[in-house]
Amino acid sequence: MLDSSLDLHPQVALRPEPFGALAYHYDTRKLVFLKHPDMVRVVRVLGDHETVADALTACDIDERRWPSFDKALTSLYESEMLHDRAR
Amino acid sequence: MTVLDNSPSPTSGPAALVEQLKGGLDAPICLTWELTYACNLECVHCLSSSGRRDPRELDTDEAKAVLDELHDLQVFYINIGGGEPMIRRDFFELVEYSISKGIGVKFSTNGAFIDADKARRLAAMDYLDIQISLDGTDAVTNDAVRGDGSYDTAIEAMQHLRDAGFGEFKISVVVTRHNVDQLDEFKALADTYGAQLRITRLRPSGRGADSWHDLHPTQAQQRQIYEWLLAKGDDVLTGDSFFHLNALGEEPLPGLNMCGAGRVVCLIDPIGDVYACPFVIHDEFKAGSVRDPGGFSQVWKHSDLFTELREPQSAGACASCGSYDACQGGCMAAKFFVGIPLDGPDPECVRGEGEAAMLAAAAGQTAPPRPMMDHSKPARVPVSITRR
Repeated sequence: MLDSSLDLHPQVALRPEPFGALAYHYDTRKLVFLKHPDMVRVVRVLGDHETVADALTACDIDERRWPSFDKALTSLYESEMLHDRAR
Repeated sequence: MTVLDNSPSPTSGPAALVEQLKGGLDAPICLTWELTYACNLECVHCLSSSGRRDPRELDTDEAKAVLDELHDLQVFYINIGGGEPMIRRDFFELVEYSISKGIGVKFSTNGAFIDADKARRLAAMDYLDIQISLDGTDAVTNDAVRGDGSYDTAIEAMQHLRDAGFGEFKISVVVTRHNVDQLDEFKALADTYGAQLRITRLRPSGRGADSWHDLHPTQAQQRQIYEWLLAKGDDVLTGDSFFHLNALGEEPLPGLNMCGAGRVVCLIDPIGDVYACPFVIHDEFKAGSVRDPGGFSQVWKHSDLFTELREPQSAGACASCGSYDACQGGCMAAKFFVGIPLDGPDPECVRGEGEAAMLAAAAGQTAPPRPMMDHSKPARVPVSITRR
């Protein structure tokens, strides 16, 4: 997932919350909790960077935390909250 | 709406999330808005005691102002109900306005106003879900609760929605002593219409306060519901309403398993009063009104009641019970209207503590609180011709 080029699905809205954010998909009507503010920052800028890894670097995420971000982003991708972006 | 809690987090797990949610969100996730107390039916378990329109009902402009506010709060989705919401002349106007603001709508209806034309109009709209209420898979079972002819009305509406190509609507069932054996049949009926089944818990709210004792599932039937949901409930919606049954086994039912009242859910009633949840229409759970200065946001964010509900709750009489973590003490509304203290057991506690608590409450001096805002139609007095 780290090499992928991803973006937030256009039908997904993010709502800031004390713990991070809620992500709501208007098409699938699924609601997901983004349980850390860092996760929200990363998701918001995915579209501005060539790869997920670039986005993590740009957000100053310590490389030791990358595997957990990878896992979380994979889960968001599988629930269609994120989608592939043409490079 | 499906709530997924499967996004792993760099720092916290699901337990931490539930603790966060108990502390309240910046805006509700799931907001119910009863648009009118007017209804063509008089269901014996109506949670809002609906029947007659309230003259103080929010008008179109006021309702749109509330939607503007919900838009600003980024409320993604509202559940519209009543009464029968389609009775309102501005029903379509409000639904279309909501959707245009990015607020998806799911509305509950008895189907009486869904003819072929309306079904096509509804089918043409995006971000719209429909829930047809049905409490029996045959007319006898359904009509005993919802009134004569209501089964046929609901089936007809479902046919119109199918013919119009609406797609997956919902069939919404309140589980009672009399329809609990029909769960498989409800599922089959939903499948026939390409619909999704939703089953929810009967509460002693509204007119349900008077019918609950006769209608609520027995202890054996509660186990039946729990086991049915574990076996066949994968694509069945429950509104998280059966979390008190989690004390029955090791495997929890899907969902957040917590009382969301005033924390992640609330109710706006037809006259704009805001309650902690749809099942507690009573002054004690009224947080304010959308007509107050500051509107809905002020009520949601700062009302004394909601602030209190977001503080850690005491397990009270259930503190020593090993099942408390699983059932969380059950449903606040259910306790309240049968006279059990809010930190007491749920009246349908699967360990049987509810029965004792209700007996204790009945032995006390005061009767259980009565639901408020009764809009039931006046009882029809049968005309009798007597000889003088």
